[in-house]
Amino acid sequence: MSSNTDFVLSIEDLTVSFDGFKAVDKLNLYVDKNEIRVVIGPNGAGKTTVLDLICGKTRATSGSIKFKDLELTRMSEHQIVRAGVGRKFQNPSIYENLTVFENLEISYPKGRSVFGALAFKRTAEVVARVEEIAREIMLDEFLGTEAGLLSHGQKQWLEIGMLLIQDPELLMLDEPVAGMSARERELTGQLLRRICTNRSVLVIEHDMEFVKNIAHKVTVLHQGKILKEGSMEMVQSDPKVIEVYLGH
Amino acid sequence: MQVAMNKLFGGREGLVGLAILAALIFIIMPLTFDIFRLNLVGKYLTYAFVAIGLVLCWGYGGILSLGQGMFFGLGGYCMAMFLKLESSSPESTKIQSTPGIPDFMDWNQLTALPWFWEPFHSLSFSLVAVIAVPCIFAFIISVAMFKRRVGGVYFAIITQAIALILTILIIGQQGYTGGINGITDLRTLKGWDIRTDEAKYVLYFLNGALLIGCILVGRLIITSKLGRLLLAMRDREDRVRFSGYDVSSFKVFVFCVGAMMSAIGGAMFTLQVGFMSPSFVGIVPSIEMVIFAAVGGRMSLIGAVYGALIVNFAKTFFSESFPALWLFLMGGLFIAVVMLFPNGLAGIYTSYIKPRIDAWIQGRRGGGNLTPTVPAEPQDPVSPRTAERTPASAASRSLAAGIQSEPSRS
Repeated sequence: MSSNTDFVLSIEDLTVSFDGFKAVDKLNLYVDKNEIRVVIGPNGAGKTTVLDLICGKTRATSGSIKFKDLELTRMSEHQIVRAGVGRKFQNPSIYENLTVFENLEISYPKGRSVFGALAFKRTAEVVARVEEIAREIMLDEFLGTEAGLLSHGQKQWLEIGMLLIQDPELLMLDEPVAGMSARERELTGQLLRRICTNRSVLVIEHDMEFVKNIAHKVTVLHQGKILKEGSMEMVQSDPKVIEVYLGH
Repeated sequence: MQVAMNKLFGGREGLVGLAILAALIFIIMPLTFDIFRLNLVGKYLTYAFVAIGLVLCWGYGGILSLGQGMFFGLGGYCMAMFLKLESSSPESTKIQSTPGIPDFMDWNQLTALPWFWEPFHSLSFSLVAVIAVPCIFAFIISVAMFKRRVGGVYFAIITQAIALILTILIIGQQGYTGGINGITDLRTLKGWDIRTDEAKYVLYFLNGALLIGCILVGRLIITSKLGRLLLAMRDREDRVRFSGYDVSSFKVFVFCVGAMMSAIGGAMFTLQVGFMSPSFVGIVPSIEMVIFAAVGGRMSLIGAVYGALIVNFAKTFFSESFPALWLFLMGGLFIAVVMLFPNGLAGIYTSYIKPRIDAWIQGRRGGGNLTPTVPAEPQDPVSPRTAERTPASAASRSLAAGIQSEPSRS
């Protein structure tokens, strides 16, 4: 099997079956450097499962996932993260009882071992980095606020910030604008365009307007397989895609 | 220096709390109680070690262990084995058919000291074993469980089962362990008679000092990044895992720390009470220890000490007056605390008593300044660099936030 090292992510013949049901079926997907790729598809198409497989939450039945030269299917979750793959969950997944500052600080990629964490010090460097990220995600006013008190959109941004502080090469976002107001969507779109420099982003999204705004390339998944891949216009005009998804 | 102060003592407030506890242990109780009662307090304080360990494991780490008695017992047994060997010299046991081995072995027709008893002739080995044996045991259990992602209720049940197995093992292997009676009739430590009043005083103060030491170690852990990670893990384990942390290693660490603290308590128990038996290892004592932590407040290290003291005083009082009712009272107390005061005594203090004290202090300082004294304003812009927030204040903070309407945002 050939693997092309120019891609940041190359998924080949990836299959996962749950009790015989193939949620992802011989999937091939390649993501370029600095590309924003959006994955769309009807419910149950296997979109979230693909992200689960990449980040190690679900184990593949067969096939390979290569991140640069690393075979992710054999690595544990924290090793995958340390290699440079960040993942945002569908529901905002933040530490509600900690402040925004503490949320970001915990995600700061230092002191990740037990004794490293015991010895970790809040240096000026850490504080500066946290403040920089907080400005990026428009939460610099809320550093001392408990994260549970943020609005839904702000929680989503905070989680994106928690990934950004680790500076991942591949950022995976599961429905980042779900449940957001129109204004928040717009700000999130700008945020994503700002942060995608120097990294690749893999996004799952249902909001077509938003997809059109940010995507370089769109992949349509259907029943665990790729139905179509290409630019948004191309995908939108494809009759098969219209039939399974856009038409409904 | 200032930072170290804040870390270790939790700022001025934490220092005051610690000073009050130290005064109570080192001054007030020795002055008011006779040596019999003081020895009893010392015994209760050995349970406080377990309760402090549970605050770390359960309160912060979210790992409920219903088997902490195992570690208390193992620590106690390691100490008791040394003391027993010392009191089983060939001269003092010459009426036995095999002199020089502990009496219960002789009763069980053993004719030689079992191999695993041999190293306990050495005090330094025994002291290391007090910490190391329970720690290794905890390490094995927790690695086996947490690497397989067993947690929550399942973990609690498994620890309970292991505690039961250990009890059965100790009772069944009478010749090696002293069986149901445990290891009794302990007399001297390197020739120093531990049964005298003077020795009891010394051991009481040593116990108190070790307890304060454990509280400080606990403070260091919960104020470090590791402490925040534990809280984060308790609420969002997946997020921590997908932030590049090996979640299980943190759980193993905190579980082992809890086990080591329990073991120190167990060893001090043996020294102060003069025996160790399986009745401190099994399910019932393990659950009682969880109750101490729950009553004291599972997020408060100092609260755990008060919890252990108060529940045990109550236990002594009630079990003397109403022996049949005690277990029901204990169960009722546990349910009441969990339902009504999930943060225990410490929670009652932070939400009811502390605001009054603050108001009183402010009243004396400001001369009737009518600033409202809400425990913590949810929106006050706390500078993250200076504010080392305790979870107790986080609790009152979210409480205050819950009372107010949803904060408005632009």
